[in-house]
Amino acid sequence: MLDNLSIKDLTSDTPALIAVIMLVLLALTALVGPFLMHYDPLVMDLNSLKQPPGGAHLLGTDSKGRDILSRVVYGSHISLAVGVIASALSLGIGIFFGLIAGYSGGKVDAFFLQIFDIFLAFPSLLLAIGISAVMPAGLTSTMLAITLVGWAGFARLVRGITLSLKEQTYVEASRALGASPARIVYRHILPNALPLILVAGSLRVGGFILLEAALSFLGLGVQPPTPTWGSMISLNRAYINSAPWMVIFPGLAISITVISFNILGDFLRDKLDPRMRV
Amino acid sequence: MAFYILKRILLFIPTLLGITLITFILMQSLPGDPVQGMAGERANPETIARIRAELGQDRPLPLQYIGYLKLLATGELGRSYYTNRKIADDLRQKFPNTFKLALTAMLFASIVGIGLGVFAAVRRGTNWDTLVTLLSVGGISIPVFWLGLALMLVFAFYLQWLPPSGMGNGGFSYLILPAATLGTFSLSYIVRVTRSSMLETLSQPYVAAARAKGLSETTVVLKHALKNSLIPVITLIGLDLGSYLNGAVLTETIFGWDGLGRYALDGILKRDYPVIMGVVLFGAVVFVTMNLLVDISYHFLDPRVRVRGEEA
Repeated sequence: MLDNLSIKDLTSDTPALIAVIMLVLLALTALVGPFLMHYDPLVMDLNSLKQPPGGAHLLGTDSKGRDILSRVVYGSHISLAVGVIASALSLGIGIFFGLIAGYSGGKVDAFFLQIFDIFLAFPSLLLAIGISAVMPAGLTSTMLAITLVGWAGFARLVRGITLSLKEQTYVEASRALGASPARIVYRHILPNALPLILVAGSLRVGGFILLEAALSFLGLGVQPPTPTWGSMISLNRAYINSAPWMVIFPGLAISITVISFNILGDFLRDKLDPRMRV
Repeated sequence: MAFYILKRILLFIPTLLGITLITFILMQSLPGDPVQGMAGERANPETIARIRAELGQDRPLPLQYIGYLKLLATGELGRSYYTNRKIADDLRQKFPNTFKLALTAMLFASIVGIGLGVFAAVRRGTNWDTLVTLLSVGGISIPVFWLGLALMLVFAFYLQWLPPSGMGNGGFSYLILPAATLGTFSLSYIVRVTRSSMLETLSQPYVAAARAKGLSETTVVLKHALKNSLIPVITLIGLDLGSYLNGAVLTETIFGWDGLGRYALDGILKRDYPVIMGVVLFGAVVFVTMNLLVDISYHFLDPRVRVRGEEA
């Protein structure tokens, strides 16, 4: 199914193309942007407090005189890293348990399904708050919290796909030939499930980035002075009326990133999910 | 059918136990020693041992968990470290405010969302359709707390149409901005589902038949197509309560709304762990209970669901 996807599909879909370009630019910003910045994101400059955008500080400065452009660029690092790593981890865990549950069936399946449902019973942000509140705040605890919140959804999805794939004739044929369950799952089920898993993963990255931003906003994420988009909004929200740029730019950065991931996810779903084809 | 409902309720019990097990484990893995915190820095070992025994913390973990369940069974959630008030009492006091906010947000999301979804479906392929679709992607991508601040900036500070924050003795004008903020995420999903469901219905033969009878387009769309497109939309609205509980924490923080969310934030800021876990547990129980009720009511309302449910 992955072969169906071509560069031409992408170039003929304007929003998806723009989203991909934005994501490439964001990745570049996160990787090399910090080296190009004129101002240190942590240095407070008492002579240029609350400068509006324009002039020496392109996006202005915050209440402590720190350059907002520089802080937004540094913040991209954390948002993207958390979003991508947490997605990869929760996908990995979700695929592992989803395959076991779906392929085993019976009591094993019922047991795992119950575990997945318990994790899915929590509203996502509340569970993430509960988990990150009991750990020392920081990058690791944020990623762990988001992973623990996200894995069960993937597991449930993979389980469902596995249930339907294991009834396929080619799986039956392989079983008749004496292939081990591990080989069947790895060689036959996983490759066929992969496009759908990829779609689900790409649709979820945006949500994970929003979750990271929300945790940072609530003071449970990566701690100051390290700039994150969520904490920049939280620290400056008292100035929303007098100096709105302090809040507007980090929020724009989050929105543009998440919109790009969501548009890309929609595009992949339209192309890769056969159920969406009419 | 009675069998199905019984089965759902029986399956509900392990879920509830699992939820309490998770919050119990989280409470056990707290940093620092809460007893030390309660007794103070210079408390002597006897005092600490006494408090520990009072709290039951000298018992083995499984017994502590059973004690925790017994406490929950009486409708209690423990006490706040700081105010020493019963958390269950605090929740009872705050929940109505959150409920009022969430209900208004849900109404807003449903009405505007279904309206925009139908509009986009009827104008399929036009620029209006593209615009609505892009707005709905935007709605699930913008952080709730930032949207709230942006709405506050425009409508409260620039235009000065609405109060920026607070609850103002329950005046409706105070409810508008928080409700719009909280509802936008759900609204965007409602738009998407309504649109695709409407498109499917509009291509059905009976819609063509209604048109062929010479009914006006408005009648066809609103009376024939919309009614049959709403089932997935209503399911979505019923099951989306989780997004309101998540959003409430952020929205209430922004707008100074005195509900569960702000109570949770106070708990987070003071590291008042029983309060945080109380809200997490309460939110999860409300969420799963609502899902169960939605599920069961579908069984009564929609014969198609009934057949599928009994096959499973």
